[in-house]
Amino acid sequence: MQFTINGRLQTVDCDVRTSLLDLLRDHLGLTGTKKGCDQGACGACTVLVDGERINSCLALAVQYQTRSVITIEGIGSARDLHPLQQAFIECDGLQCGYCTPGQICSALGLAGEIKRGVPSACTADLRAGEIEFNSDEIRERLSGNLCRCGAYNGIVQAVQKTFAPTLERAP
Amino acid sequence: MNEFSYERATDPAAAIRLFSKCNGRNPRYLAGGTNLVDLMREDIEQPGTIIDVSGISQAIQRREDGAILLGAGAKNTAVASHRDIRERFPMLTQAIVNGASAQIRNMATVGGNLMQRTRCYYFYDSAARCNKRVRGSGCDALDGFNRIHAILGTSAHCIATHPSDMCVALAALDAIVHIEGPSGPRRLKLTDLHRLPGDTPDVETELAPGELITAVEIPPLPPATRSVYRKVRDRASYAFALVSVAAAVQLNESGDSILAARLALGGVAHRPWRASVAEGVLQGAPATEERFRQAAEAELQLAVGRAHNAFKIDLAKRVVVDTLKELTRRPGDEP
Ligand SMILES: Cc1cc2nc3c(=O)[nH]c(=O)nc-3n(C[C@H](O)[C@H](O)[C@H](O)COP(=O)(O)OP(=O)(O)OC[C@H]3O[C@@H](n4cnc5c(N)ncnc54)[C@H](O)[C@@H]3O)c2cc1C
Ligand code: SF4
Ligand code: FES
Ligand code: FES
Repeated sequence: MQFTINGRLQTVDCDVRTSLLDLLRDHLGLTGTKKGCDQGACGACTVLVDGERINSCLALAVQYQTRSVITIEGIGSARDLHPLQQAFIECDGLQCGYCTPGQICSALGLAGEIKRGVPSACTADLRAGEIEFNSDEIRERLSGNLCRCGAYNGIVQAVQKTFAPTLERAP
Repeated sequence: MNEFSYERATDPAAAIRLFSKCNGRNPRYLAGGTNLVDLMREDIEQPGTIIDVSGISQAIQRREDGAILLGAGAKNTAVASHRDIRERFPMLTQAIVNGASAQIRNMATVGGNLMQRTRCYYFYDSAARCNKRVRGSGCDALDGFNRIHAILGTSAHCIATHPSDMCVALAALDAIVHIEGPSGPRRLKLTDLHRLPGDTPDVETELAPGELITAVEIPPLPPATRSVYRKVRDRASYAFALVSVAAAVQLNESGDSILAARLALGGVAHRPWRASVAEGVLQGAPATEERFRQAAEAELQLAVGRAHNAFKIDLAKRVVVDTLKELTRRPGDEP
C-alpha cells in the first residue's frame, strides 16, 4: 500500500487489518503519535488528514492511501518547534507528555475548523459566520483529547495564545 | 480482528453487486469506520469482506422544493456546518455537534451514524450473555448495570438503546431514508428504519441484507418553526445521551398557542423515539407549562424503569417540559 505521510510518499507492505495508528507506529517508526485507548475515547492518536483531525486508531490504513497524513513529526522538530509547541512549553500545557502530540494535532485541526466556521456545541449563534476563539470554544472543541495529568488549563492557554491574537477582531 | 478482504465501491450499484457476490462471507459496508472498526477489533463483528462505501454520495444538496438531501457518505462535520442546515434546521446541527468528538465527527458519515450499533456494555463484552450478539443466549443487562438502557419500547429480550444524537433530530424532522438494494430502490421514513427489539433484538433495522443507504432527505419545515436539541449526559461533553430531546414548535401569531409540535427522544429506546402521543396533546393547545407536563406524562406513561435507569423517566419528562418552555418563551417571559 502507498501512503503520503508528512509529505513523503511511502510504500508499506502490511495487512489490510492494520489501523492507521499501527501503520505509523509499528511500520513506519513514527512513534510520536500515541496509543491510549485504541477505541476512539482519548484522542492520543489524533493526526491530520488533508488538514482535518481524526483518530488514527479507528481508521483502517487501507482507506487512507490517497490522502495526505500529517503526524506530530511533520509539525515541528526539537530544533524547529511549531509556535504551538513552543506555547505548550511556555504555558505548562503538559506534564508527562503522553497526550501532547494528540493535543497539538487536535488543536491545529481545531484552528482550521474555527477559521472555516465549523460550529461546536457551545457556539451560541449558529447563523453567525464567525466563531469567537474563546476558552469555552477551545475546551469544548478539545473535549476529544483527554489528559490524565490534568494539564487542561495550560493546554487551553497555549492554544489561545497561539491562535487567538491573529483571529481577534477589532472592537 | 478476523481476516477479511477489502473492496472499494465507487457507486451504489457497484457496492450492492460486491455485496451480493460476497454474500457467503458475511460482508459489511464500511464508511467512516468509527463504529465498525471498533466492533471488529473486539471481535463482535467478524466480516469476511469489507466493502468501503465511504466515497459514495458525499454531497449535500438543496432541492428545488426546499428539501435537503444528505448523501450517505457526507461527514457529520460537513452536515453540521452546512449553511442551510444551520439556518433552517438548527436542531440537526446541535444534535451532531453534541455527539462524539470533533475527530470522530470528521470521520463519521450520515449512513454510518444511522446504522451504528448500541453501546450496551454487555453487547461489547463477549464474555456476557447478549441476545443481540447471540440470539437466545439471554440478556445480562436486564439485571445488570443498566444505567444507560432503555425505558420505552423494551422487551424481555433486550433493553438496549440506539445511541445516535443525529437520528433523534432527523426523527423529529420527518426525514426520509433513501435506500438502494439488490431488489431496487425504495424509501423509508427514518422513524420506520430502526426496529424495536421484540424477541429478535439482533435484527436492528428494516434494511434487508445488501441494502445500502444512499441519502437522507429532510423535507422543509413549516414557516416560523423554532427548533432545538437538548442533551443530558454524565459529563459536559464527549458522552452519549442519558436522555435527549429534539423539538420543533410552530406557534400561532400571538405566540400563546401551539399550531404544531414535533418531538423526539434519544437515549430512551431501541430507536430514535418519535413522541407522537405528546405531539397529540400539544397540537392546538395553549403553550403553557401545565400542558407541556401533560404531554410529557402521556408520552412516558408506558415507560418501564429498572434498577439503575428508572431516573430516566422523570428526567425525560423534565427535559421535555423545559425544552418546550425554552422554545415557546416570549420576549419578556421569566426564564
Ligand atoms: C468514543 C465515541 C463516542 C461517541 N459518541 C457519540 C455520541 O455522543 N453521539 C452519537 O450520536 N454518536 C457517538 N458516537 C458514535 C458515532 O457517531 C458513530 O460511530 C458514527 O456515526 C458511525 O459512522 P461511521 O461512518 O464511522 O460508520 P461505520 O463505523 O463505518 O459503520 C457503522 C455501521 O453502519 C453500516 N453502514 C455504514 N454506511 C452505510 C450505508 N450507507 N448503508 C448501510 N449501512 C451502512 C456499517 O456496515 C456498520 O454496520 C461515538 C463514537 C465513539 C467511538
Ligand atoms: S440489552 Fe440488548 S444489547 Fe444489551 S445485553 Fe441485553 S440483549 Fe444484549
Ligand atoms: S488511541 Fe485513538 S482515541 Fe485513544
Ligand atoms: S500531559 Fe500527561 S496525559 Fe496529558
